Amino acid sequence: MNILNDWPSFLPGLLAGLGVSVQVALLSLLIGIPGGLLLAIGAGSKKKPVRTLIIGIVEIGRGTPALVVLQIFYFGLPASGLTLSSMGASVVALAATTAAYTSEILRGGLQAVPQGEVEAAGALGMSRRDTLRFIVIPQGFRVAIPSLIGFAILIFQATSLAYTVALPELLSQAYSIGSTTFNYLSVLVLAGLMYAAITVPASWLTCRAEKRLARHL
Amino acid sequence: MDIFLTILQGVPMTIGLTVAALGIGALGGIPLALCRRSTIPGISFIAVSLIEILRGIPPIVWLFIIYFGLGTALPMLDPLTSAIIGLGLISCAYMAEIYRGGLSAITRGQWEAGEALGMGRQSVLTFIIGPQVFRVSVPAAASYAIGLLKDSSVAYTIGVSEIVYFANDQSRQSSDALGPFFLAALVYVIMTIPCAWATRALDARLRQKVAR
Repeated sequence: MNILNDWPSFLPGLLAGLGVSVQVALLSLLIGIPGGLLLAIGAGSKKKPVRTLIIGIVEIGRGTPALVVLQIFYFGLPASGLTLSSMGASVVALAATTAAYTSEILRGGLQAVPQGEVEAAGALGMSRRDTLRFIVIPQGFRVAIPSLIGFAILIFQATSLAYTVALPELLSQAYSIGSTTFNYLSVLVLAGLMYAAITVPASWLTCRAEKRLARHL
Repeated sequence: MDIFLTILQGVPMTIGLTVAALGIGALGGIPLALCRRSTIPGISFIAVSLIEILRGIPPIVWLFIIYFGLGTALPMLDPLTSAIIGLGLISCAYMAEIYRGGLSAITRGQWEAGEALGMGRQSVLTFIIGPQVFRVSVPAAASYAIGLLKDSSVAYTIGVSEIVYFANDQSRQSSDALGPFFLAALVYVIMTIPCAWATRALDARLRQKVAR
């Protein structure tokens, strides 16, 4: 095994794969987090049936492995007439998982906003929707930021599951290079380091965000 | 119904894999957490780097590195062994972080009281702090265990015959492509929800024996 010669020749393929991984992660978060916010608001609804339904959806979403959700969308849905590309299925599946998980994170954030502020907004004659829009969500979201970054790291890692639906992301690229060069160990280690090169600095960012936000509390 | 029974065949494998990996993590996490707190310069840096690398690389990539990467040199690594080693190593890192959280939750007074009684640092850690850390760590460890139960599904990619493996098989064989996956999802939800309840009950009991 000659790493110095191998790794530069692996890099172009792996970088293309990394690009796809990042793209899937960003799209999933972009769709999933607003979805999570809607679920979080729904879970705080005053109507009991709505609340029960939403909590049920969230629990099922969180109880099912992302891999199974992905397989439902990619292998299962074509049977009912809806065929998604591997990219489409990956984004939809990871966005659904993101919505379920972030709804719990955001619910925690929204609950951290003191009840007194909600009452004060009511006393000023603000409608319930305005209170949510201008008072609760901006503050609750800020409290949730460190956990959201932590979750984003996990979703970036979860994009490696899209290997099972033949999406040419980082792991698929590494595996296919491995199967042509028979240098599985070398190329997989390089792919692993590329994942770590993004996730490790991102987790430092979470720590800093936590410390910074703690200053204002 | 037949499909459901076939998928259930994967449950023992999923649970076995999860328990084995968690066992490795629960033990391996102890030295890692202690090294992380070490005051000797190099040691804590090495522990932190190890934890970050283990957690920073996706589980499926670890399984591939072990099964396809090391497997070419070490043919005795079958899919199950590779999956247990891979998920076990990752669990060590997560459990170490959980123990660290537990350690910092124990009040300083416990250390001081131990010293005042003339106990050495070592025995304070073993007899006073350690048992309490385990109790405090239960909720975090349990939610990690539930996550691990779901993450163990990635072992299907290297051919371990657990729940998703059977679901995939059934989906290809039968005329119903969607059903088996929903049944697999149902099995996971059924397994995780009682786990969450049991954890809450266990946590409440164990917490009674932690000094505040």
